[in-house]
Amino acid sequence: MVPIAYYLVLAAVLFSIGIGAFLIKRNVITIFISIELMLNAVNLTFVAFAHKWHQIGGQIFVFFVMVVAAAEAAVGLAIIIAIFRTRQTLNVDEIDLMNS
Amino acid sequence: MQLALFIIFGILAVAGALNLLFQRHPINSALSLVVVMMSLAVLYWSLGAEFLAAAQVIVYSGAIMVLFVFVIMLLNAGEEERTHGSRAAYNVGIPGAAAIFCLLAFVFLSERDALGVANIGGRLANGVDNIAELSQVLFTKLLLPFEVTSVLILVAILGAVVLARKEQ
Repeated sequence: MVPIAYYLVLAAVLFSIGIGAFLIKRNVITIFISIELMLNAVNLTFVAFAHKWHQIGGQIFVFFVMVVAAAEAAVGLAIIIAIFRTRQTLNVDEIDLMNS
Repeated sequence: MQLALFIIFGILAVAGALNLLFQRHPINSALSLVVVMMSLAVLYWSLGAEFLAAAQVIVYSGAIMVLFVFVIMLLNAGEEERTHGSRAAYNVGIPGAAAIFCLLAFVFLSERDALGVANIGGRLANGVDNIAELSQVLFTKLLLPFEVTSVLILVAILGAVVLARKEQ
């Protein structure tokens, strides 16, 4: 017997930590990892609401989010490899081609 | 018992997320994300989403995180250094994240009674188990989106190969 609100607050905690890590971290891989953390936090709210409303739709949405996250991770990491190959760095402050 | 399960794995998830934030080396951040994902899988199970708990372990902590660890090792990523770009991010990021958390927590806790409670082992519909119900919808009503995701994955694979390929 756990209030659904506790699950949602836990998801809010994880999401906020994800936002903080996204803004503070300077390594492009770690920034990508914090995006995954935020996606997971949102998935937890979907599952909690699916439980609350007795609807399977929330769980199906999480399934599709997982598929998209897998595709996004594959493409994103390929882009990171391409960046590292041309610029020899993973620091986002030095990847400023569009800023110069 | 569900409250104990929630507290243990909730604290584990938050501790993993904070460790992700405070570690300087990307491999430590990636491995603490695995801890977060595994504890979330237990929480999914406690909410009656058995299929998603298994998929979380297999897809997220299995496939995606292996990809991350693989790339970190391939690029030999070292510790990140502090730059003055991160000073501004500190001043904006921490208050911003705290404000978003306060807003969300206020809304959820003020609606606490309306949201009700979660019971362990609770089925969503009348006695149909989770995987049967999920596949029933996925293969009848949502067959087209389900098939389109396979095209999406194929495009993602091709895109990854093209982007990561060495240019001649």
